[in-house]
Order: sequence, then C-alpha cells, then structure tokens
Amino acid sequence: MEQKKDFQKEVKIKVRNLDMGYGSFVLMQNLNFTIDKGDVFIIMGGSGCGKSTLLKVLVGLLRPLGGQVLYDGINFWEAEPTDRDRIMQRFGILYQSGALWSSMTLAENVALPLEQYTALSEDNIAELVSLKLALVGLGGFEEFYPSEISGGMKKRAALARAMALDPDILFFDEPSAGLDPVSARLLDDLIIELSESLGTTIVAVTHELPSIFAIGTNSIFLDAETKTMIASGDPKRLLAESKDPKVVAFLTRGRK
Amino acid sequence: MYKPNAQPEITFSRPADSVLRVRLAGDWRLDTAIPSSDEVTRQVGSDPMVRSLSFDTAGLGSWDSALLIFLTKVFAFCTEKDISTGEEDLPQGIQRLLDLSSAEHQRKGIVREKGRRSFFVRAADMAFDFMRASREMLAFLGEAFLALGRLLTGKATFRHSDLFTIIQDTGAQSLPIVSLISALVGLILAFVAAIQLRLFGAQIYVADVVGIGMVRVMGAIMTGIIMAGRTGASFAAQLGTMQVNEEIDALKTLGISPMEFLVLPRMLALVLMMPLLCLYADLMGVLGGMFVSVTMLDIGFLEYFNQTKTALTLTHLSIGLFHSAVFGVLVAMSGCLRGMQCGRSASAVGYATTSAVVTGIVSIVVATAIITFSCEVLGI
Repeated sequence: MEQKKDFQKEVKIKVRNLDMGYGSFVLMQNLNFTIDKGDVFIIMGGSGCGKSTLLKVLVGLLRPLGGQVLYDGINFWEAEPTDRDRIMQRFGILYQSGALWSSMTLAENVALPLEQYTALSEDNIAELVSLKLALVGLGGFEEFYPSEISGGMKKRAALARAMALDPDILFFDEPSAGLDPVSARLLDDLIIELSESLGTTIVAVTHELPSIFAIGTNSIFLDAETKTMIASGDPKRLLAESKDPKVVAFLTRGRK
Repeated sequence: MYKPNAQPEITFSRPADSVLRVRLAGDWRLDTAIPSSDEVTRQVGSDPMVRSLSFDTAGLGSWDSALLIFLTKVFAFCTEKDISTGEEDLPQGIQRLLDLSSAEHQRKGIVREKGRRSFFVRAADMAFDFMRASREMLAFLGEAFLALGRLLTGKATFRHSDLFTIIQDTGAQSLPIVSLISALVGLILAFVAAIQLRLFGAQIYVADVVGIGMVRVMGAIMTGIIMAGRTGASFAAQLGTMQVNEEIDALKTLGISPMEFLVLPRMLALVLMMPLLCLYADLMGVLGGMFVSVTMLDIGFLEYFNQTKTALTLTHLSIGLFHSAVFGVLVAMSGCLRGMQCGRSASAVGYATTSAVVTGIVSIVVATAIITFSCEVLGI
C-alpha cells in the first residue's frame, strides 16, 4: 500500500512570468511552468543559460527581476520573512559541490538542521542521523570529516543532510556531476526511490542525459539565445516528439 | 480504516500462538509523539512462543523517517532474538527504504581508529609533529633562498604585473592604517614620557624619547605587527584558498614552481615596501609626539623639531630600517609558509591565517630581541 497522498500537504510550485538576471543584465525572461507534487522536474539547457540561477531564484537565494514564484499559492518573494522561512524549511537542497561544513563530522552536518528546526531529543536525532546516512549508504561514517571521504561520498552525505528534515521538495544542482557512471546511476535510483517512497517533489538542474531520461517526469528547456524556455514536458516525450532543433540536438547529443 | 490526522498508535493481536500481529495506525511523522518501539519488544520478549511478527497497515496514514526509525529498532531486536520480522506486510515504499538502509547497502572497507590513545603515544606524536613542522619550515626557507638565487640570475618565472599589484596592496593601501597606528603610538609615547620628564622640568626631552623610540624600533615593530595582521594573514588566506581549489597543484603540474610564481613576488613586495612604510611610520610617530608636546607641554614647534634633529642619528635610522627589512622577510615568510602548508578545507584556511599572524608576530618580537641585544653587544 502506497502513502495516501491526498492527506499530505500538497506542494505545487507555480512560476509566473519570471524574469531573472543580475543587476540590469537579464538572463532569462517570461518563464512560466508548474511543478506538481511528486514530480521529478528537470531544468535543462546548455552551459551558462541560467539553470543554476533559476534554482537560486526558486530556493530563495536570488531575488528575481520580475514575476512570481508561488508555493501552494503563496508568492514567495512577496511573502513576510516568517512565511518565507516556513516555506524554506520545507526545502532540502543538494549543492553542486556538496557544500558540507568542513569543520563538522558527517553526523554533525546532518544533525544541524534537526537541532535547529525540531524538538527531537539528542538520542532521537542521533538515530535519525544514522538512518539518513544509512539511506545513502554511509552507515558507519558518522564520525568522519568531509575532508576524509571521496567526492561521491561527499555528495551522498550532502544528500543525507538535504533529506534530514524529510523535506517536501528536494532541489538538486547537478546531482551526478563529477560522479562515475555507477555512482551516478545509484544516485539516480536513490532520487527515484525518495520521490516514490516519500512522495518528495524533486527539482533538479542537470545536463546529464542518462539522468534526465532515467528520473525526469517533467522538464523545461532553457535557451540562452532567446532568453526564455523553448520547450517543456516529459523529457522522454520531448525526445520523441519535439521538432525544435535545439531541443533535439541537446537530447541526442547533437547526433540528429 | 485510515482517519486523516489521527494520532499514531499500535495495537497487538495473536492470530496464531507463534505470531504477533502489530497494527500500525494514524500518521507517523517526526512532529508527532510516536509510540516507543519498546512496546513491541516488550510484547515479543515477554512471550517465548512468538516466533514471527506480522503487520497490519490498513489504518496507516502518512509517514516519514519517524516510522522508519521505529521499525529499524523493532527489526534489530527481532534479528537479535532470531524472530522473523514480517517486513513483507509493510507498504512497498517502507520496504525499499529499509532495504536501502540495511547493512548490505553500506559502503565498506574504511575503518576509523577508535578509543583514546595513551599519554606516551600522544606525546611522541606531538614530538614527531614538531620535528616534521621544523623540517618543513627549513625546507621552505631553503626553497625560498633558491628562488631568490634564481631571481638574481634572472631565471625566476613570475608575472611582473602580480608583483606590482602586490606592491600596491602591501604598500600604498596600507598607508591609512599605518598612519593612524603610528601617530597614536607617537602620541602615547609622548604622554608616557611627559609624566616622568615633567617632574624634572625636562619636557623637551620628550622629543628625544619619541624620536629615538619611534625611529630606532617602535616604527618598525608597529609596521611589522600591522603587516602581520593585514598582509601576512591575506597571503596565508590567498595561498590557502588556492591550495583548496587545487590551483597550486595546477601550477606544479605545469612545471611552474609555486615558490617562484607565488611566494617570491610576495616576499619581494613586502621586503621592498616594509622599509618605506617604516620610514613613513617614523614620521607619523614623530608628528604624533609633536602634537602632544606643542598642544599640551608648551614646547614650540621649532624647538621640538630641532631637538628631534639633534637626537636622531643615521645609526638610529639604519637600525630601524634594518629591523623593518627583517620583519618584511619574516611576515612574508610566515604568511606564505602557512598558506602553502594549508589543508584542503575551509577550516584549514582559517587555521592557516591565524597561524600566519601568530607566527609573524612571535617572530617579530623574537627578532627584535635578538637585534636589540646584538646592537647592545656591538655598542651601536
């Protein structure tokens, strides 16, 4: 029996007429898309087109130049700071480099969000930390420091930290970048598992084609030239049906 | 039947003598108080007839890690008692996550050393660390001298634009802080001297105290300490961050010596700028002393100027400038040494920076003691 999704908090992200950039430099404009609960949503596009910038706007690190980002109907960038904090507590974010705090052990890294935002006892936090690390295959590595483990393990530990609070939405910035094919595949499997088992909504920036087709259920394609999105939908459907030469070239590695 | 937002609860039944059926109901989330796994283990432990568990999850609502932790503990107990766990009755999502967190999916092969080491082992480790650090410091000194040798023979490779940028940063951009600190030190020296000299009606000798004090040693020391805190720390942080980003490795693999490319221009810049900054600091200190003397001790401007001129000799000035050149080398060396030794994490950069400042200041004080004693012995 799967979870009864209708009784959980419905997370729906709506982006309306979003313009973004830095200062007077406009990177992307007029973005419109919706991310439904349980989606594995992929943000695709060539290098430097603004994928990571869009992720920064979605997670609250960069104010957009115009337009709206709505979480369950609440306009994130116009919301009161307390409401914004509450929305952000439902996020888990996996940064490209992992971004583990180097002065803390893996256990302390995963425990910090739990200590900050839950009323759990120390024992419960320790159990949760062990569970989260075990879920990413790092059981027994609690007392290691980030500098003592490999790049792939850092990424897994960072994922454990991102999942610490059982977030409703997990954001990934290039999840499989820098990983060997087997580790990348394992991470993809883990992402699918989380999405299916816990009903977590996943938003990932990536240009790794195997990952895009393996995990994506919905996507948008950003184009640097026209400064807006030129395609959206299930990546597998885009591959089969899209007529746009840029999208086709991207999804077939320029072979068509 | 499942009821939305129901409290999590467990109830037990015995469909057969050897089976304990656990009914999980309600929402099992971290923000609610969930039942303890002890309730299950007590039921299982109190009846030796129970050989297997089974689960009824018809009433189970939403769940998160809270339920996973509960089940992990129950299953660990069952495995210990050799009781079958009935995992297959659980929703598939839970089964998959439990499987992921099971022992066979954990990365193996790395074991961490545990337990406290004895006093002697720690003491020996510290001694070896000290020896290793001393060897590294000597090696660094040696390499620095070799790089200097290559510079003199025109073989050193570094970008001259880097040298000028560092000269600007360590020289011109340090002037405001050097002005402020030196003027205040001159002012303080004048105040302290005035308290005693006033008793003898010898206020005019404030000019001698401030002049000789600043020019011979205080100007150099204050500039050295400012530079250790400002420039030495910045060198360590820059090189440390380059170490973290593997930029230094990239230089080495290109066959470019980081010693020549990074350390040499920094040392040159500081050794060239320190005496100039010291001269400037001397002047500001004397002006600070003059301000106190003219405004508060009723000494005329010209009178103070002439007294300072009589008191100061070229020997004082040369000793002061010698101090500052030595401090320049020490600050640049400690900043670059700690930066190059830096580990590969953010905290290592912090440690390298602190260590650069501490090493810089300690070596300045030690060098001052040695130079002062040598001057005393030599009678200059």
